[in-house]
Amino acid sequence: MQIVAKGLTYVYNPKSPFAGKALSGVDLTIDEGEFFGIIGHTGSGKSTFVQHLNALLRLTGGSLKVGEYDLADKKCNFLELRSKVGMVFQYPEYQLFAETVEQDVAFGLKNFRKDLDKDGVQAAVKEALETVGLDWQQVKDVSPFELSGGQKRRVAIAGVIVTKPEILILDEPAAGLDPLGKQELMQLLHSIHGGWCKTIVIVSHDMDEIAENCTRAAVFSAGKVVMCGTPAEIFSRSGELISLGLDIPVTAKCANILKQHGYVVDTDFTCDDFVKKVLALRGKEAAHAE
Amino acid sequence: MLNDVTFGQYYPAKSFVHNMDPRAKIVLLIAYLVAVFLADNFFALAAVIVFLILAVIFSRVPFGSVLRSVKMILFIIVFTAILNLFFYASDGELHILWQWKIITVSWEAIINMIFLAMRLFLLVMGTSILTLTTTPVALTDGLESLLTPLKWIRFPVHELALIMSIALRFIPTLIDETNRIISAQKARGADFETGGLIRRAKAMIPVLVPLLVSSLRRAEELGDAMDARCYSGAKGRTKYKKLTFSWRDLLGLLVLAGLITGIVFLNLYLGGKFAILNYFFAS
Amino acid sequence: MEAVRFDNVKFSYREDGGEFAVNGVTLSIEEGQFVAVLGRNGSGKSTLAKLINALLVPGSGTVSVFGMNTADDKKTFEIRKSAGMVFQNPDNQTVASIVEDDVAFGPENIGVPRKEIGERIDFALRAVGMEAFRNATPSRLSGGQKQRIAIAGVLAIRPKIMILDESTAMLDPRGRREVMEVIKKLNREQGMTVLLITHFMEEALQADRAVVMHRGEVVMDGTPEEIFARSEELETYNLTLPRAAYICKQLQAAGLPVANAFTAKELAEEICKSLQKG
Repeated sequence: MQIVAKGLTYVYNPKSPFAGKALSGVDLTIDEGEFFGIIGHTGSGKSTFVQHLNALLRLTGGSLKVGEYDLADKKCNFLELRSKVGMVFQYPEYQLFAETVEQDVAFGLKNFRKDLDKDGVQAAVKEALETVGLDWQQVKDVSPFELSGGQKRRVAIAGVIVTKPEILILDEPAAGLDPLGKQELMQLLHSIHGGWCKTIVIVSHDMDEIAENCTRAAVFSAGKVVMCGTPAEIFSRSGELISLGLDIPVTAKCANILKQHGYVVDTDFTCDDFVKKVLALRGKEAAHAE
Repeated sequence: MLNDVTFGQYYPAKSFVHNMDPRAKIVLLIAYLVAVFLADNFFALAAVIVFLILAVIFSRVPFGSVLRSVKMILFIIVFTAILNLFFYASDGELHILWQWKIITVSWEAIINMIFLAMRLFLLVMGTSILTLTTTPVALTDGLESLLTPLKWIRFPVHELALIMSIALRFIPTLIDETNRIISAQKARGADFETGGLIRRAKAMIPVLVPLLVSSLRRAEELGDAMDARCYSGAKGRTKYKKLTFSWRDLLGLLVLAGLITGIVFLNLYLGGKFAILNYFFAS
Repeated sequence: MEAVRFDNVKFSYREDGGEFAVNGVTLSIEEGQFVAVLGRNGSGKSTLAKLINALLVPGSGTVSVFGMNTADDKKTFEIRKSAGMVFQNPDNQTVASIVEDDVAFGPENIGVPRKEIGERIDFALRAVGMEAFRNATPSRLSGGQKQRIAIAGVLAIRPKIMILDESTAMLDPRGRREVMEVIKKLNREQGMTVLLITHFMEEALQADRAVVMHRGEVVMDGTPEEIFARSEELETYNLTLPRAAYICKQLQAAGLPVANAFTAKELAEEICKSLQKG
C-alpha cells in the first residue's frame, strides 16, 4: 500500500479559542517497501502526521490515501484500515493492561479478526511473541507487569504486529532503551521488513539511526514537510538541518569538518560507507603523492 | 472531549481579583453562593448578575474563558431546566399555559426554571472565577489557612492541602496520558463508541488499567522526588507565599456584605419570584 | 575532600536478601568531580544513585556523604540537603502548578526563611536559564524546560552533589543539550559534584570520570577516554562505543593510522592528519 498525502492539514480544537494548526499542507508520498524516516523536533507536526495514517486523527483539509483507503471519506472502513496499518506509540509498554502476556497480545487480534477461533488466535500470538524474540512458552501466562522494561516493550510491539500489518508505524520506538536494546530493536524491524510487513515508517530523533536504516526520510517543521529524500540527500544539506535546530549524524559532522580541510567524502552517511570512502580517499591521496 | 476541561485551570494575569488573598476569595465565594440562593426575585437576581459581571471585569479574565466552564455542565443545566419546566408542581396557585397528559407548563414553572438555571449558571461562573484567578497552590494555601483551627482536633490540614495541590497539578498530565492510551488502544482495534452501556464500560478496561498502573508508577516516582527534596511533613516547614489580607479583600467583603443586605431588602420589599405574576394577572 | 564513599555496599530489593541489585560496591567520589555512570538497564545504576541520598539504605557495608553515614536516621535530612537528585520522568517531579512554587518546595521543606526563599528561587532559575518562566505552568513547558525546572528545584536546596538518574533519557536532542549545558556549567562554575547516570555514551564523554556497572558491580572505572579505549571489554558488558569512536575503530581495523578519537571533531582531525601524512 502506498501512502499519499496532498495538502494535508489538521487543525486541533477547531472553533475554539485554542484552535491551532498542527499540520498546514503536508505533501508526502511513501511508497510500498520503504523504510521511511520522519524527522523533526517536538511540535513540528510529525506525531500528528503519523496518527493520521491509521485514522486516529481525522484530517481537516487536503487528502490522504493509504492504498485504496481514502481517509477523507467518512464511509472509509477505519477498523479494516487499522488492521493493515499498525501503530506503535512512544513508550508502548505503558499501554499493557491484560492479566497475561498472551491475553494482551491477543487483544488487537480479537478486535480485528472476529472470525478467528481459539487455535488461530493462539498460533498468531505465538508467532508474534517469537518474532519479537520472546519465548512463548515462558512468557505467555506471566503478567505483563512482572516483566523487565525491555521485555514489556517487546510484548507491546508483539501486540501490534500480531495482525501482521502491511504498514508498521513506530513513534520513537527506541526511546529510553539502552544502546544494545536499541540495536536489537532495529534488527527486529529489519527482520520483519520486506515480509508481511511491507512498509515501515519510523519517527526518530536519532539521526544516526535514520542514516543507518532508512531508505528515505522527510523532515517536518512547523506543520510542513521541508525536506524529503534519501538520507544521503538530506544529510548533505546539513546546514539547513542545523538551522532548524536538528542534529546531524556523526558521519555528517565529520564529513563537514573534513570538507573544510579540503577532503570531500562522498558518502551516504552510513558508518560502513563512510569508512569505505575515507579509505578510498586515502588511496587517492597516496596515488597523488606519488 | 477531554481537551475541554478548563475548569480549575489558572488563567495567569495581573488583576484586582488575582491579587486578592485566597482566603478572602474563598470566603467571598461562599458568601456569593449564599447570595445566589437568597436572591428570590428578578431584581435581586439582577443585583447578583451585576456583581458577577463586575467580578469578571476586575479579574481581567476574558468573558469567554469564564463561560467555557459553564459549557461543561450546560447539559445538566438544560436537563434540569426542562424537567422543571414540564413537571413543576406546587401547592400554590398555578397560571397554566399549556397542558398535555401529565405534562403541565405554567408561568410559575417558567419562572422557576429561569431561577434554577440562573442559579446553577451563577454558581458555576462564580466558582470558576475563583479557580481562574487563584493558582491551585494559593487555593490550597488559603484552604489550609482557613482550616487551621481543625488542627486542634488533629485533623491533617497540611497533608490534605498538599494532596489537593498535587492532584490539581497532575490533572493535565493524566488527561494527556489518557488521550494517548485511548489512541493506542484504538490503533489496536478497540471500539469505545458502539455497544450498550455494559459493553462500553468493559471497553474502558484497556484504558483504565494502564492509567492506574501509570498513576501508581508516577506516585512512586513523585514520592522519591519529594523525599529527595527533603519533604518530611508540616513540621519545621516554612512558606514562601505569605497570605496577606489587604484593602482589596476588605473592599470585596464589604461589597458582598452590601449585596447580601440589598438582596434581603429586595426580597422583603418586592416579594418572592412569583410576585411579578400578581402584578401581571391582577391587571 | 571526599564527597561520596561506598564501602563494600550490598543492597537487595528482596526480603530474603537474594539477587543483589548492588553487589559489593566500593567507590570514592571526590568533591567537584563529574562522574558518568554507565551500564545496561537493570545493572544497578539507579539503585546506586538512590543509596547516596538515603532513599535506600545498604543491606551491608556503608555509604557516607561528606562523612555522614546514610544509615544514621538523624543524618538523613543533612544528607539530602547536600546530595540533591533529579529523576527520569520530567512529569513526575513537580509538586506545584506554578514554576516558582515548585522551586520553593525544597527550601520550604528545610525551613528556609521566606525572604531567603525568594533569593534562592532567583538564583536557581538563573542557574538553569529559566528566569523568564518564573510564573509559568510546568505542564505547558517542553521536556527539556521541565527538567531544568526540576534541576532548579534541587539547586534551591543548595546541595553540593547533584545526582541525575537518567534525567536526559526521555528528552529530545534539543532538551538533552539544554540539560547537559546546565550540568556542565554547574560543575565548572560552582564546583558542583555531579553524578550523571546515562545511556548516552556521548554524554559520558563530557564527564571527568566514567564508571561502568554490570550486575550490581563496578566493573570499569577511569576517564571516559580510558573506558572507551577498552572496547572489547565494554562489549562484554553489552555497552557500545560513542559513534565516532566506533567509526574510528573501523578505520583502525582497516589499516588507517589514526589515533583513538571519541567525538566527530577529534575523528575528523585524526583523519585529516593521517591523510596529510599520505
